[in-house]
Amino acid sequence: MRVGPGPYLLVAAILFTVGATGVMLRRNALVMFMCVELMLNAVNLTFVTFSRQLDDIGGQVYVFFVLVVAAAEVAVGLAIIVAIFRRRQGATADDLNLLKG
Amino acid sequence: MMTWIVFTVAAVAAVLSAIGVVVSRNPVHAALNLVGTLFSVAVLFVLQEAHFLAAVQVIVYAGAVVVLFLFVIMLLGVDRDEMLDDPLPFQRPIALVAGGVALFGLSVLIQGTVATGGLSARGPALSGDEGGNVERVAKSLFTDFIWPFEITSVLLVIAVVGAIVLVRDGRRDDADSSEPESAS
Repeated sequence: MRVGPGPYLLVAAILFTVGATGVMLRRNALVMFMCVELMLNAVNLTFVTFSRQLDDIGGQVYVFFVLVVAAAEVAVGLAIIVAIFRRRQGATADDLNLLKG
Repeated sequence: MMTWIVFTVAAVAAVLSAIGVVVSRNPVHAALNLVGTLFSVAVLFVLQEAHFLAAVQVIVYAGAVVVLFLFVIMLLGVDRDEMLDDPLPFQRPIALVAGGVALFGLSVLIQGTVATGGLSARGPALSGDEGGNVERVAKSLFTDFIWPFEITSVLLVIAVVGAIVLVRDGRRDDADSSEPESAS
């Protein structure tokens, strides 16, 4: 018996919400990054679900590009976190208020 | 029936691990929970016959990205528990309420799930006689999406160069820097 698109979309919605809530809740910059990855994965799941429902391979190719962009984002983002860590001890997002007027 | 069982197990594991990422105080535990979520999503990809993406998900995400996360956590030595006092105490309930509203809105959106439009010209994902999933992805990637595919290589080069520039120790180049020597 085939699972329809509805349950997959519901799982994707829950994953996205958990990721978004995590970005708002947590203070640690690294954990915030992980929550962003969760949101990206939820969107990927939605892409693949609609790719199957519409019988269109383009959705899966988009997910491939999302993976590439996410990998690049992680590399640069973690480099930024390491650079911040050298200047000040701690990865708490609230301490980074240099741009505050 | 078997598909439903696998789907339920993978979906529950994905959601529970995702909640674990958010609530665990230790960043290492969060990263390990992230592996669970990514692997469960890979199982969901297999269930939807996206075999190539499932393999890439495990290799790139659960492999490389999480190892990079763990590497940075260990390098920086933040693998201790987070401090409990919150500088903005009112933000936590607001975040939970906002998350609930977002979940409600998304649930309402997917109720109808009207994906309109006919079959695309980019080629079928499931039907059709020739090739498997990997072959179809490759055919689409190297014909319709060849230009974005080439641009991703530029993006990766830029990301690598940017990462190196960001973490490079600049003090060796400019000796007359007024920056004080750090204790490290």
